Amino acid sequence: MGYRAVRFYQTGSFAVGNRLVGSEDRSVQSATRRNNSLSSGHRACQGCGEALGARYVLDAAMEATAGQMVAVNATGCLEVFSTPYPETSWRVPWLHSLFGNAPAVATGVAAAFKAKGRTDVRVVGQAGDGGTVDIGFGCLSGMFERNDDVLFVCYDNEAYMNTGVQRSSATPPAARTATTEAIGDALGNAFGQGKNLPLLAVAHEIPYVATATISELHDLEYKVHRAMTMRGARYLHVFVPCPLGWGSATHDTVRLARLAKETGLFPVFEAEHGEITGVAKIRRRLPVEDYLRLQGRYRHLFEPVARPDVVARIQQLADRNIRRFGLLDGDAENDGHGGACSSPDAARTGEPAP
Amino acid sequence: MARQLEGSRAVAETVARCRPEVVCAYPISPQTHIIERLSTLVGAGQLAPCEFLNVESEFAAMSVCIGASAAGARSYTATSSQGLLFMIEAVYNASGLGLPIVMTVANRAIGAPINIWNDHSDAMAVRDAGWVQLFAETNQEAADLHVQAFRLAEQLSLPVMVNMDGFVLTHAFEEVDVPAQEAVDSFLPRYEPRQVLDPAAPVSIGAMVGPEAFSEVRYLAHVKQLQALDAIEEIASEFASAFGRRSGGLVSSYRSEDARTVVVALGSVLGTIKDTVDELRASGQRVGVVGIGAFRPFPAAAVRHALERAERVVVVEKALAPGAGGILAHDLSTALSGLPLDVHCVIAGLGGRAITKASLLELLGDADAGQLESLRFLDLDRSLVQGELARMAAVRRSGPTAENVLRDAGVVAARLS
Repeated sequence: MGYRAVRFYQTGSFAVGNRLVGSEDRSVQSATRRNNSLSSGHRACQGCGEALGARYVLDAAMEATAGQMVAVNATGCLEVFSTPYPETSWRVPWLHSLFGNAPAVATGVAAAFKAKGRTDVRVVGQAGDGGTVDIGFGCLSGMFERNDDVLFVCYDNEAYMNTGVQRSSATPPAARTATTEAIGDALGNAFGQGKNLPLLAVAHEIPYVATATISELHDLEYKVHRAMTMRGARYLHVFVPCPLGWGSATHDTVRLARLAKETGLFPVFEAEHGEITGVAKIRRRLPVEDYLRLQGRYRHLFEPVARPDVVARIQQLADRNIRRFGLLDGDAENDGHGGACSSPDAARTGEPAP
Repeated sequence: MARQLEGSRAVAETVARCRPEVVCAYPISPQTHIIERLSTLVGAGQLAPCEFLNVESEFAAMSVCIGASAAGARSYTATSSQGLLFMIEAVYNASGLGLPIVMTVANRAIGAPINIWNDHSDAMAVRDAGWVQLFAETNQEAADLHVQAFRLAEQLSLPVMVNMDGFVLTHAFEEVDVPAQEAVDSFLPRYEPRQVLDPAAPVSIGAMVGPEAFSEVRYLAHVKQLQALDAIEEIASEFASAFGRRSGGLVSSYRSEDARTVVVALGSVLGTIKDTVDELRASGQRVGVVGIGAFRPFPAAAVRHALERAERVVVVEKALAPGAGGILAHDLSTALSGLPLDVHCVIAGLGGRAITKASLLELLGDADAGQLESLRFLDLDRSLVQGELARMAAVRRSGPTAENVLRDAGVVAARLS
C-alpha cells in the first residue's frame, strides 16, 4: 500500500497532517524513533532545501534498512556544511571522496560489503545537481549500466550553489546565475539547453527511478522505502529549493518546491526498468508566474521591463511536462504509485506514445 | 616453482594469491593482460571471495577502490599512462584518505604525441601524490613486490604503486616463481583497517579540513612516508627470509663498492646497465650500478650511503621535466648535496626507444673522459630536431610538430634506436 491512502490535506497548504492519520501512515520524520541521520547544528543556510531533503531521505533509508547503511557523499554544499572539521552532523557511516566520483565510490563500498557477505548493508550515494548531472555523470552512468546495488540521490537545486551560484546543466531556462547573468540581450540561462537526468536514468532501464520534492514528505519517504526494497541501481531526484541561489525567502523553500510540482515545471514520477509506472497528479494547477515571482533569479522577467513573452515560454515548458507525463487528473487513470498504467503517454487520449 | 610466464600473468597470479576482495579494471595498454587474467581467475572461482568490476574509466576504477578500501576490503587495480593521469584526482584522494590500495602501473609514455611504449612519465607525474612508489627490475621482482606492497600498504594505511616497465616487463616471458599461496597467506595477515565504514560504529571519513589543521594532516602524510623507509627495508628482509630470495628494498647496489662512476636508474633498464658494467669491469674500468627500488618515499640516506664514495654519478632516467631536465637526478642531487661528486642526468628511453648497451658504452666512455654534460639526451637525432626548428623559424604556420618530425624521419613506428 502506497502513501496515497492518506488524503487529508490541511487547508491552504496541501501538507499532510500527521495528527490526522493513523500511526502506520505517519512519516518517519514525525517519529521519535527517527535516526536524525543529519543531525542539527550543521552549517547550512537558513531555509536550505538540501538539508531537509538529505535528512528526510537518509532517515527514511535508515528506517528501511534497519540501520544497516553507509552514505557516500560528493563534494558540495551538503558535504561542506555537514562536516566542518572536526565536527560532523552525520549519524551514519559517511564517506566523502571527490566531487565527480561519488557513484563509483558508492559502487566500491557496495562491492566491499558484497565480497564480505554483508548483503544486509546497503549503500546510498548523494550529490547535488552539479555532482550528479555534470561532473559526476560519467561515474553515475557507469554505476547505472552495471546495475550496481546503490541508491543514488540527487538533491537538485539547479545550480552550483557551493561555489557561489554558477550555472549547471540542471539550471532552468531564464534563471539568473553568476555565469548566466541577465545582462545585455541575455535573459539568464538559455532556452534549449540542459539535461533531464531522471529521464536519462530511465533510459538506462535500471530497476527504479523516481523524482520527488521536499514539499511532499510522505511521497519522498515512500519512494526511498520503495527503492530500498529493490536491489541494483536506483535513482532518486529530489527537488530542493535554495534561498541563497534562487533569491527566495527562506520561509518559501517548501512552498517553492510545492509550486514547482503544482505548476508542472517539475514532474514527479516513478519508473521501473525503463517504464514510467506512476505520476503524482497536480492537485491544483497554477501558472508558472506564481512560482517565478517568488524568486530573485527570475526578477528580470518582471522588472524593470516585464517580459511576458519569456514567462510564456516557461509556461510552455510546464505545459509540455503536463502533456508528456499526464500530470492532470483527467490525463490518465494512474494517480498513485505502482498503478496499473505503464506509461502516462500511453493513457493519453488520441496521441501515440513518443 | 619457477615457470615460464608472461610478466603480466605472473603479477596477476601473485595479486590473486594476495586475496584482494575488490578488483577494479579499465583497459589500457600495456596493463590489460593483468586485469584480463584476474578477471578469468575471479570468473573461474579461483579468486574468491572477490568482486571484479569492469568500470567506465580509470577515474571510476580508483574511485571504486577508494570506496571498497574505506569499507574494509583489500582493493586492487592496474593502469598505465593516460589512465593514471585520468585518475589522478582520485590517486591523490586515496593517499589523502590513508587507504591502503595497491595498484600496478605498467609504465608508459604520456601524450601528446600519443605513444603506447615504455617510459616513466606516468609514474613521475604522480610522484607527489602521496603514494609509495616501488619499481621492479625483473618480472620476478614485479611479482614479489605485490606481496610486499599489500603488506606495506596495510601496515601503514597508505596506498602503494608497483611500477613495472610496460611491454619490457609486462609482455616479456621469463622464468618466474609465483609466490606460493601458503607462503603468501602467512606473510600477509588479514587486513585490519584503522578506519572503516561500519554501521555498528559510524564514522565520518573525508571531512573538510581548514587552515587550522591542514598542515598537520599533511605533515602526518609525510611522517607515514618516512615510516615507509624503514618498513620497506624490514618487509624486504622478512620477504627474503620467508621466500628465499631478495626482492624490493630501498636501493640495490651492483659492483659499486670501489666504483668511480656509478650509474643510477629505475626499473628494467638496470639489467642492460649491469651487462654494460660487467663489460667495462672486464676491461678494468671501475664502474658500478645503484638501482632505486623505492622512488617514493625517496631513500635519500640510503642513496647517499650507496654513492658517497663515487666520483661521478650518471643518472639514466626515462622521464623528462621539460624546461628543467631530469626528475630522479634532481632528487638525487639534493640527497647528495655537499659530497664531492658530479651528478650527470641522461634522459633516455623515452616513448619506448631502446637503451642499448652500445649507447651506454659510449655514454660511460664520455663520462670517464670527462666529456659528459650535466644533462644529455641519449641517442637524440639532432638532425630531426634541427629540421623542425628551421621550419618553425622559416614559416609561421609550420604545422604540427609531431607530424613534421615523423615525415622527416621517413619511418613510422619502426625506429627504435
